Amino acid sequence: MNMLGYYLELAMRSMKRSRGLTVLMVFAIGFGVAASMTTYSVFRAVSGDPIPWKSSRLFVPQIDAWGPSTQRDGDNEPVNALSYIDAMALMRDHRAKLQSAMYIIWSSVVPTRQGGHPFNVSGHAVYSEFFPLVEAPFKYGSAWSADDDRQRSAVAVISSKLNTKLFGGENSVGKTVNVEGRNYRVVGVLDAWNPQPVFYDVQNTGGFSTAADDLFLPFDRAIESGVPNDGNTNCTKPPKDPGFVGLLRSSCVWISYLAQLDDAQAVSAYRGYLENYAHEQQKAGRFNWAPNIRLRDLPAWLESQEVVPSDTKVSLLVAVGLLVVCLVNTSGLLLAKFLRRSGEIGVRRALGASRFAIYAQFLTEAGMIGLSGGVLGLAFTGFGVLGVGMVLPKGIAKLATLDMPLLFLTLALAVFSTLVAGLYPTFRASRVQPAWQLKSN
Amino acid sequence: MTLHPIFAALRKHKAGVVLIALQIALTLAIVCNALFIIGQRIQNVNRPTGLIEDNLFLISQQWVGAPDADKPAGAEQLDAMMKEDLAALRNMPDVSSVTPTNSLPLYTSSRAGSAGINPGNGTYDGLSAGTARVSYFFTDDQALPTLGFKVIAGRFFNPGEVQHYSGREERTASVIVITRGLAEKLFPDKGAVGQVLYLDGASTPSAVIGVVDRLQGAVWAKTFAWNAVVVPARLNSNYSRYAVRTKPGRRDAAMKAVPSVLFGVNPMRVLDDEESVKSFEQIRAHAYQSDLGMAILMGVVCIILIGVTAAGIVGLTSFWVGQRRKQIGVRRALGARKIDILHYFQLENLAIACGGAAIGILLALMLNFWLMRNFGMDRIPVPWVLVGVAAVLLLGQFAVFVPARRASNVPPVAATRTV
Repeated sequence: MNMLGYYLELAMRSMKRSRGLTVLMVFAIGFGVAASMTTYSVFRAVSGDPIPWKSSRLFVPQIDAWGPSTQRDGDNEPVNALSYIDAMALMRDHRAKLQSAMYIIWSSVVPTRQGGHPFNVSGHAVYSEFFPLVEAPFKYGSAWSADDDRQRSAVAVISSKLNTKLFGGENSVGKTVNVEGRNYRVVGVLDAWNPQPVFYDVQNTGGFSTAADDLFLPFDRAIESGVPNDGNTNCTKPPKDPGFVGLLRSSCVWISYLAQLDDAQAVSAYRGYLENYAHEQQKAGRFNWAPNIRLRDLPAWLESQEVVPSDTKVSLLVAVGLLVVCLVNTSGLLLAKFLRRSGEIGVRRALGASRFAIYAQFLTEAGMIGLSGGVLGLAFTGFGVLGVGMVLPKGIAKLATLDMPLLFLTLALAVFSTLVAGLYPTFRASRVQPAWQLKSN
Repeated sequence: MTLHPIFAALRKHKAGVVLIALQIALTLAIVCNALFIIGQRIQNVNRPTGLIEDNLFLISQQWVGAPDADKPAGAEQLDAMMKEDLAALRNMPDVSSVTPTNSLPLYTSSRAGSAGINPGNGTYDGLSAGTARVSYFFTDDQALPTLGFKVIAGRFFNPGEVQHYSGREERTASVIVITRGLAEKLFPDKGAVGQVLYLDGASTPSAVIGVVDRLQGAVWAKTFAWNAVVVPARLNSNYSRYAVRTKPGRRDAAMKAVPSVLFGVNPMRVLDDEESVKSFEQIRAHAYQSDLGMAILMGVVCIILIGVTAAGIVGLTSFWVGQRRKQIGVRRALGARKIDILHYFQLENLAIACGGAAIGILLALMLNFWLMRNFGMDRIPVPWVLVGVAAVLLLGQFAVFVPARRASNVPPVAATRTV
């Protein structure tokens, strides 16, 4: 391929000759690619799998605790959270390999040092199996034990951020943290861990939150202490009894649940168990409708909860549309440019150049324009990714980053799409009749 | 001038014509839908909440080690703490009025339920006839001067009507004030004042004593944004929220002074400057951030699209002008005026743009239909599309003007030159 150097030189010369057209094409491709890549970086960030090695083994059970009369959309979808009664039944039966009911808390923490004001931290009340379930990494200590769950021990797992704030980052296992005016013993400090989306509780976090969970308390202990739920509480009717106790006895749903099931057999067994549970409830008269359960794995669950905002999808779509317009534009301009050189093509063809040689020459030129557009697009994408902070919620915007794969993808998309745009103009160039061109000049 | 020669010439460079027409069609389809999205979002953001939004802020604080609101004594204690806070806030020099409230329009946290004109059966029902889903505002008589909504019928609460109870307790209010939106939905052909409503499926009625013009619900209460019920009660729980109206221009100063005042009353509370004390301006900005963001993004896309398409038309027309110098020269030599040449290219562009726009209308409607089906967008009104068509036709004319003028300046002598 010693001709490649020659073609590159020809392309350079041609690009210089009609500077205006070249600049126009490079900018069009730059803008098109940058718009697509910027919106794609956001889409990639929000549609990513937060725990790819395990997501297919994590399941979210749903049990219809309300019945068909409360259906709004007519899709027969059970509510997306569990009532306390159902969540506790599932925990008691303990049919999955690992499982945890959980609810979101927003608790005050009183700093140990003098003079500091209390502050709020977000967190979850969970069972001990939560930590291996979501594979939360520990920096110091470990999760509390199943025994602590049963005894409702006053223990806590805190984030490394809270550990730094309260204890200056040292190993604080064994020290006490004051939550809502009560003392809890720290048993574990997590390492940096902030999965996005917050897959274990997208119902209440909306998927993307700027603040990672800082505090985890044993579920039963939190219930006993009346630590309130900071997430959504949905009811079909007001609880009969007043207060927190009334909420626990009601059919209101406010508890999230996650279970690990390792193979298809375990999944179908668990599905059967849920079916059977709902059936038992029907027989007992608690539900007066046929069992209506769901057991979705994590990717399907995130999909059903519409974790990817529809605005993100529409933006990506519109940006891809923009790229297509830019390509049509480039195609038209390349056509004009190539056909203007019909004379040159005629001469080359008359001197023995094959059609293939013409293809190689003009596609090289298209490729170079694409590459230049890609480099420009890379710069624009950089600005775009910086700029998404202005137009998107913080929790999502900070996830959009420019990394190596995106960089290569930008360049590759620019070159590839320009080559596609250049195909028809090149085809036309290769059909130029040498004799006709030579005569007319 | 007849169109015949234009079409005859267009047939000579089909590919270029098709590409420009296609580009115009796609531009029209995308710009129409993008502008429609922008229009909807801006309309959304511009809806008045019903409040006087200047000089208004919200405090959201939480007590540490608070008494248990579920016990009667605890609720009494919490109410006393709340009253202390209210008194301290009302004493601040920059403050003109303060009201306790569970939520504000456009806020993230709120309570929703249902209201019906007939006694309920104990379950929430906001779907069947004669019922509606509603947002609740639990507040006191000071809400009127503090929030600044307008009472359009009846009256607002007097201090004697304000109760207090645990935030977890369901208690039927004896008197309520509702929004005009709810009044028109549930009492379409009579005045709402003097009527009764049954809240959250209750069997005991609540009397409507007044109607306020507008009071928008929380940010998530999108489907029933204008249905609100105001209940005269302070809800007691381990947290409390206070809406504060300041004297004109003193909002920021008052917001700054709040933490020291409240910590002075009771230091055992969570009150973080940034999170706990928010101006209504911040609440509004947060609520509409994604709408504004989407509008900006669509705007940027539209500008790029229009720029690229205009530049494309300039580029391709310039090429055609260059290609046809000789023919233009011949026409000029045969007596065509400059203006005839200019018109020729303008008409040519109009013909192509019309073709493109025709396909574009179809694509725009298809895209709109697809967005409706998949993303719950509204049907685009026909005038929007027509405005879009006018816009791309104008765009084409603007873009073609420079190369067309260059064409009209080709001297007749070009006819005699070979290249």
